[in-house]
Order: sequence, then C-alpha cells, then structure tokens
Amino acid sequence: MSKPHLVSSKSGFTLAPELLVKMHDLMVRTRSLEERLIKMYKQNDGFFWIGGPGEEAFNIPLGLLLNKGQGPKYDYFHGHYRSMGVLLTLGADPIDALRQMKNTASDPFSGGRNFCGHASIKKWNVAPISSPIEVQYSIAPGTALGNKRAGDGITVVTGGDAGTAEGDFATCLVWSSRPGNELPILIVVTNNNWGISTAADTQHGDRVIADRGKAFGMKTMVINGNDPQESYLKIKEAMDYIRKEKKPILMEARVSRLYGHSSASGANFVTNEEDPLKTFEDRLEAAGILSKDQMKRIWYIYNEQMLADAQKVRLEPQPSPDSIWDHVYCGQKGKPGRYV
Amino acid sequence: MATMIQAIRMALAYGEQHLGVTDVYGEDVGPPLGGVFTGSMGLKTAWNSPLDERGIIGFAIGLAMGGQKPVAEIQFVDYIYNTIDLLKIAGNTTWATAGDWCVPMVVMTPVGSGIRGSIYHSHSFDAMMTHIPGWKIVMPSTPLDAYGLMLAAIKDPNPVMFMKPKALLRVRPPAEDQLIPGEPNDEKVLKDMIDAPLGDRSAWKPRWPKLEDYTVEIGKGRIRRAGSQLTVVSYGRTLPLCLQAANELAGEGIEAEVIDLRSLWPYDWDMITASVRKTHKVLFVNEDTEVTNFGEHLVRRAIEDFFYELEAAPKLLAGAHLPGIGLADSLEMASVPQLASIAAAIRELAAEVP
Ligand SMILES: Cc1ncc(C[n+]2csc(CCOP(=O)(O)OP(=O)(O)O)c2C)c(N)n1
Repeated sequence: MSKPHLVSSKSGFTLAPELLVKMHDLMVRTRSLEERLIKMYKQNDGFFWIGGPGEEAFNIPLGLLLNKGQGPKYDYFHGHYRSMGVLLTLGADPIDALRQMKNTASDPFSGGRNFCGHASIKKWNVAPISSPIEVQYSIAPGTALGNKRAGDGITVVTGGDAGTAEGDFATCLVWSSRPGNELPILIVVTNNNWGISTAADTQHGDRVIADRGKAFGMKTMVINGNDPQESYLKIKEAMDYIRKEKKPILMEARVSRLYGHSSASGANFVTNEEDPLKTFEDRLEAAGILSKDQMKRIWYIYNEQMLADAQKVRLEPQPSPDSIWDHVYCGQKGKPGRYV
Repeated sequence: MATMIQAIRMALAYGEQHLGVTDVYGEDVGPPLGGVFTGSMGLKTAWNSPLDERGIIGFAIGLAMGGQKPVAEIQFVDYIYNTIDLLKIAGNTTWATAGDWCVPMVVMTPVGSGIRGSIYHSHSFDAMMTHIPGWKIVMPSTPLDAYGLMLAAIKDPNPVMFMKPKALLRVRPPAEDQLIPGEPNDEKVLKDMIDAPLGDRSAWKPRWPKLEDYTVEIGKGRIRRAGSQLTVVSYGRTLPLCLQAANELAGEGIEAEVIDLRSLWPYDWDMITASVRKTHKVLFVNEDTEVTNFGEHLVRRAIEDFFYELEAAPKLLAGAHLPGIGLADSLEMASVPQLASIAAAIRELAAEVP
C-alpha cells in the first residue's frame, strides 16, 4: 500500500487518508478481479459472467464495516451476484472467484457447481448467494433474529432495484418490523436503475424505493453509493443505529452498472454511467493523497496478480463426475445410492 | 392414549425442553389459538407469524443459518405452493455450497383430505415434495410414530418436511402401540394436563408429562400387518384404511401384508423388497393425484427390481387427476381412495393369476 500524503482541505474528504487509500486499494483489487473474470469468459474460460463492477464504492465500505466471524454473535451478510467486493474486503482470496468462474474442483464456494459470483463463506457468516432474485430478503430476517438473541451482531441483505417488485422484498419489510419484535437488519437496495434491459421508470411508480420503509415505521436512507466516503459514513451511521436500537433500516444506494447486466448482454464497458472508481481516483489525486503513478502501480500489481492466478486456475482439474453425489445431505460424501 | 395432534405437541414440548428447539411459529401457531389444529398450544417457544408463507419458509432457513432450531408451520399444505423455490433453496443449500452450510429446520403442515376441506384444504403434497431433493420427508399414521418422527426430524441436521395427515390428527392409536414414553395412562388425565380449556385461556399453562426420548428413524417403514399373498404399501390417511381392508379381507382368505412407509424420503425399499420377494404382488396406495404420483416412482422401481419375480403387474391406487377435491361428501369420496376402493383393489390384485 502506498504512503498517504497530506490531504488538501478543499478535497471534501473527512475520512483519514489511510482509510481512503485502503478503500482505493480494495476497489482496484475488486475491479481488477471483475475485469479478469470478464476476460476469462471472453476467452472461453467460463460459461457465464455476472458481477459488480460499478458497485465498488458501496461494497468496499460495507465489507470494511461488517463485524466478521461465525455464528449469531457476528454479522451475517446475505449478498447477491454483484457482491464480490464485499467478500474480497472481508478477506476472500480473488483466486477463489476465478476458480468458481472456471468451475474447478478447487472452487471453495460450490465445488464447480455454481456461477461465478455465487459465493458462500460460512466461517464469516456469508450466506450462500443463489440465483433466484430476492429470496435472500425472505431469508435474512431469520439470521437477524439469531443476531438479536446472541448480542450485538446484525444482518445485512443486499439486492438490486428491479427485484424489489418481488414479494420477498415486502416480506423483508414486514418481518423486520413486527411491532415489539423489530430486527437488527440493514436492508440494502443497490439501485442501478436497470433490471437486465428494463428501465426502472417503466415499471416502478415508487420513485424512491427507500420510501417503502416509511410505511413500516422504519428509518430510511438514500445515499450516493458511487461515493466511497459517503457510503462509509452512512453505512456506519446505519449500523451504529441498528446495533444499538435493534431495529431495521432500509437503505437505497444509487450505483452504476459498468459492464451491462452480465455476459448475456456482452459484458462491455459502458461510457454513459459514472465510474465511481475513476471519480474517486481523480479526487484522491486532487487531494494529493495518491499520485497518478502510485495508482497506476496499484492497478499494475493487481492486474498482474489476477492474470497469474487465472493462468494457475486454468490448469486446475474440473470436478470429478462422481462428486455430483456429495453433500446432498449435511456431512454426506460419496454416492449414497441412487435413491437415497 | 394421546391423539396424533397431542403426540405432535408433546414432541414439540420435548424438543423445546431437550433438543434446543427455539421457535415453533407460523400463522396462528402462538397464543391465544395454538394452531388451527391445536398442534402448538401451550408451547413456550410458539409464536404467531405474519400471514406470509414465503416469509415463514425463508425465515426458517435464516433461523437455521443463524444458529437457531426452527419448527415452522404452513397452516395448510394447500398454501405452500408459492414457497416452492424457497423449499428448493432449503434443499439445495448444502449441495450448492459443496457442504459449507447445513440447514437444520423442520416444516410441518397438515395434508390430504378427510375433513371435507374442499378445494383448498384437501391437497396432498407427496409428489411435489419428493421432487425436491435435499429434504427428508415423513408422514406418520399413528400418534407414537408421529412423536418419534418429530423427534427424529428435530434432531436431523437437514431440512425435514413433516406432513400431518389431517384426517388422522384426532384419532386414537392402534391397539398394538405403546404409550408415548412419559405419557399418563389415562387420556382424561392427559387432556387435563396439556389441552387448553375452551374460552379464555390467558391464564392457562400446560403441565407437560415427564416426556422421554423416543425416535423413529427416518427412512424406516413399519409392517403393520403380516401377510403372505400380496403387499400393500401406504402412508398417512390411507394407511389405516388399507389395514382395515386387509383385516376384513382375511375373512375371504386373502392375506395381505401392510407396510406403513412412514418416510417418503428416504424410504424403506429394503422392507418393500423383503415383502414383495415373499408375496410377489404389490399395491401402492396414496391419495395424491395419480399422474406423476410418488407411487408411480415406486411402481417403476418395483418393475425394474422385481419384474421376473412378480405374479401380477404392480398397481397404484391414488387420487383422481382433478384440479381439486369437491366439498360435497359424494365428491370427496369419489376423488380419493376410500375403504371400498382399497378393498376392491386388494381383492382384484389377490385374484390375479399369472
Ligand atoms: C426470480 C428470478 N426471476 C428472474 C431472474 C432472471 N434475472 C436475473 S438478474 C435479473 C434482473 C435483476 O435486476 P435488479 O434486481 O435490479 O438487480 P441488478 O441485476 O440490476 O443488480 C433477472 C430478471 C432471476 N434470476 N430470478
């Protein structure tokens, strides 16, 4: 990590330069991983890409603020397919995301069974990411009750804006705010204004998604998820409240979607949306926190690392056909018989 | 002797006291009602949930992941259909994460006909549920088995679907069944101890008997009647009818062996195998609609495994393939297997000569 310089007072930064530098580092690392995943897809080293380039300015602060550990004393995170930045920030090794992309036997998240970005890390309370939109919003209140019983842990759930049309979103609002039984849960909607090809304003009369929380008496917040400092401060404020009050907050974070929906729509960089990482770098430079050269070097290091990791993963074996029978049940391995 | 619903309630009480059950919840499950069939009256962890089946199943998954031990209820299985993708997630989480997460949760729900429940209180769920791998699925037909299967379900580290045959919830146990361990001998005494009074019950508290552990292993059937001429395999509401038909037909010289499957997944193929190798004829009976029925799977397997030993084609007697079960007595009786149709099917199979 590069040494921070003095912060210019005009920069608008209030966070410590060390933290800004750390967030930048993690944002570059995450973006570099996503771009490597896209390249792998385009080079036929994976069947499908979906991920979160454009959401780093929200996901990295979130990852930094989660209280990581296993069991209900620690925070639970129920993410979705754009959440890799959160997981890298928690400490996940990028090579494991590459392994899932390449569906190798060594993929620790699913053993080659699931799409890239569909991670699971029980030892850090990262709930399995699954494809059905919005189901995590029905599941998350359950871990939040576990949190409430065990101490100061909280649950965080994230998903996109289009998915809020699903009943699970309403489920989450209702179950999190039962009178007298409110739950310590941060309900996040990362609003990029799109559901694949469908523009939000063609389907949603609710202009501000967060307002839906008001009907349930819960605190709501709308934040600029493209600004890592604002994200950090607002997520922290929300978490402090939730930990103390044991009550939910609905937070809408406005974010960008920089490579379209997924590989199904080409996975090409879009130029008509704000790139939060570029904005952040311009500000860091203007504030004298990091120079262009320093940042270039960070990019270089991560790009090289991702490339080397991808080359390594390419040589790792695919899962054995027999492994399809493993883990149908808890702790079970090996073919238990066709009908068991 | 306890009814099945009392047995289930006692099992849940035992689960709270000794097996770490943290939450028994669902629509009208907590006080004041304690369940529309009284299945959760007086339980200390019972609570009312929002009227939201997806929420109920999702919450159970979350509780299981959050270190709790939930027993969630869907008030009638007819209303479980909009939760199917969540049931799939409960069943595939361990597999999808290559063993990272286990999901120890129990869902209990009344199933089947028998109370003149009309189109939306009579559904069966056998075929749908057995189509969702990763779950274990049980359906008792006696109070003692209900108690033992519920304790097994609670102890299991996987999602378990506990189907309650509504027609049998208030029937008394068969003569051969022992008391539930700890249950008082006199059913009036038991009622006094654990059934809430009618009317205001705000001050009422149950006095649970000193219950003991008793587990029926999931996946093990039970031979309810030994016989040499044909095998009848059933579970739930139709099981006692099969038994009654078999007993009556003994007077005609027909000796049917009756197997209570008790678990739909995994199921006791060893028991079926041993029986069919002896009788060479097999009839499967359940009340789910007959097309793509769970019994059809059993028929196929019987054909594949026993083809050259069979003296008649394996048969399935099931519910008519209709959109629902009509309210009128005549309609319900005509839609799902009854004593007469079961007896006729047994008689016919017994009469077949190869
Ligand atoms: C229940 C369900 N329906 C449809 C899909 C297919 N699908 C995948 S992503 C997506 C759009 C989601 O949009 P949004 O919730 O806004 O999240 P974003 O992808 O924009 O982050 C759809 C329709 C799905 N995965 N699950």
